[in-house]
Amino acid sequence: MLTGVRGLSSSSGPRVCIVGGGPAGFYTAQQLLKARQDAAVDIYERLPVPFGLVRFGVAPDHPEVKNVINTFTQTAQHERCSFHGNVNVGKDVTIDELRQAYHAVVLSYGAEGNRSMGIPGEDLPGVFSAKDFVGWYNGLPSNKELHPDLSFETAVILGQGNVALDVARILLAPVEMLKETDITQNALEALAGSKVRRVLIVGRRGPLQIACTIKELREMVNLPNTRADMLPADFEGIAEALKDLPRPRKRLTELMMKAVKEGGDDKAEKCWGLRFFRSPVEVLAGADEKRAAGIRLALNKLEGSGESVRAEVTGQLEDVDCGLIISSIGYKSIPIDPAVPFDPRRAIVPNEMGRVQDTAGLYCSGWVKRGPTGVIATTMNDSFDTARVLIQDMEAGKLDLSVNKPGAQAITALLQTRGVRMVLFSQWEKINAEEEKRGKSLGKAREKLLDVDEMLKIRNVFISIFF
Amino acid sequence: MAAFTAVRAAVSFTQRFVRVSRDCSVCPLYRLNVCTGAAVDGFSAPNRRLRTSIGVCQSADSSSPEEDQRVVNVVFIDRSGQRIPVKARVGDNALHLAHKHGIELEGACEASLACSTCHVYVSSEHYEKLPEPEEREDDMLDMAPMLQENSRLSCQIILTPELDGMELTLPKVTRNFYVDGHVPKPH
Repeated sequence: MLTGVRGLSSSSGPRVCIVGGGPAGFYTAQQLLKARQDAAVDIYERLPVPFGLVRFGVAPDHPEVKNVINTFTQTAQHERCSFHGNVNVGKDVTIDELRQAYHAVVLSYGAEGNRSMGIPGEDLPGVFSAKDFVGWYNGLPSNKELHPDLSFETAVILGQGNVALDVARILLAPVEMLKETDITQNALEALAGSKVRRVLIVGRRGPLQIACTIKELREMVNLPNTRADMLPADFEGIAEALKDLPRPRKRLTELMMKAVKEGGDDKAEKCWGLRFFRSPVEVLAGADEKRAAGIRLALNKLEGSGESVRAEVTGQLEDVDCGLIISSIGYKSIPIDPAVPFDPRRAIVPNEMGRVQDTAGLYCSGWVKRGPTGVIATTMNDSFDTARVLIQDMEAGKLDLSVNKPGAQAITALLQTRGVRMVLFSQWEKINAEEEKRGKSLGKAREKLLDVDEMLKIRNVFISIFF
Repeated sequence: MAAFTAVRAAVSFTQRFVRVSRDCSVCPLYRLNVCTGAAVDGFSAPNRRLRTSIGVCQSADSSSPEEDQRVVNVVFIDRSGQRIPVKARVGDNALHLAHKHGIELEGACEASLACSTCHVYVSSEHYEKLPEPEEREDDMLDMAPMLQENSRLSCQIILTPELDGMELTLPKVTRNFYVDGHVPKPH
């Protein structure tokens, strides 16, 4: 009978539970295991498969960014760590039940929702959140039926962060660049037949406020068979501001100015452009009223300066014809359990340096703690901070470690009585091997399983072979 | 000590996942003329292999006769200010070296210029002696918190004899604590 605990007899060390098996969860676990040789850490993840946005968010053509999976694998295989997939915290087990079984619980469940534009027509066919579009090409099970219609010439993306640029790049990249990656086969085929030739990436404010980083912008500038289509008017006054900018902002702005000046190969079949000072106010339906055919943008001017520059309406409007609209204005966390405080305005769990407000023994790390921005390295630093704070609390006696807590043994038993089929890390490794095998036959890094039931079937095969 | 063993095991484990590319021209070992020319395929001898930004090269701690055995002394200064002197060799990679000695330097993307977690400050007189960073390194450095004039990604630093005495300082960076005591406004 498989249990969740690896060779750990009744230990009197601290037992910590982590909710969420993405970068925040794994980095928090890594730090806890290193800092305390007597700590046991259990990670609970809703999907059968681990790694969160590293698997479902990072673009298929950025495989080096996914190398961090090797570090997470090392953590999961640590003798004092165990991974439990296919466990829905909040539904299969409550936070209170976890708090009873563990000395401390860390919420690292990220941001699974998205900010809505809040404009009329947003629900028309042809409008997608970037979260769903990215989930579609990355094989997130809940997005497998997305079927975006790619038969239109122009796509408009609202938002100018790295996610927006990833979407633009995936829409315009030559299929040769994608066909050996871990992009899903159905997305690859859809993109191979895509008629999208022009992608506009729209932001409320100006070039100096753009949220993407230089690596992603450079990839757009260097994209084969595409040219940059910018509006020089959007860049008035920018050259003069360059000298006072800090290095990262300066290099990014210089690259944009270069794209404005050089444009690129006129013979290029495809084009992309940044559009500034524009906010979406309405999605326009086509003549048949059945789907999106355009977007109405309000023109802004900037008020204020420095960090607090904000966009103010001018009253002018601009309509853009397009058949694909992708809103990339931010992911959003949602509450997991009524027992956990939640700030609906900022969409995070209210906390002080990772300690959840008014709730002893409850901590948070990653996007659910600070909001959904930043790269993996940002989340890493943040998770290390939460782990340090938790360790400090253990050492200062703020957590009562003298009480023995049952940990995974109790929770596993509970889940079993509730008919929950947990997926252990060794079972994920079987799923992983199957995905790599399927990928190999298609000439790809892997072919992701898109179906939770299929993942569980592979898990069952593994159990029946060995027990 | 257990942490050091765990880190070393992590590095050797991760090295089994490398893919090989044969474009030597962008590899730091090649650019510094310390490549032993033994680019390999397959998964033999972990701990001997170093994944650089472009592919896999035999690291300088192999037993090939042409390899340079000259010692390079490097001092790591960790986040608490502790000085850790290390004896290394020409051709060693600074990030790999840090891991070998249990220094708390992450290398999330495993030396492929896709993150900034191995960010260090280089002692100024040695900073001048390093080859110019390639554009991709500069792009990643732009994302590192507390960037300074003498910032480099340690995965791109390959030891040469003139780097003897180099000091690599880990930035005292976290999200909550700033070196100058500044406390960020709660958001």
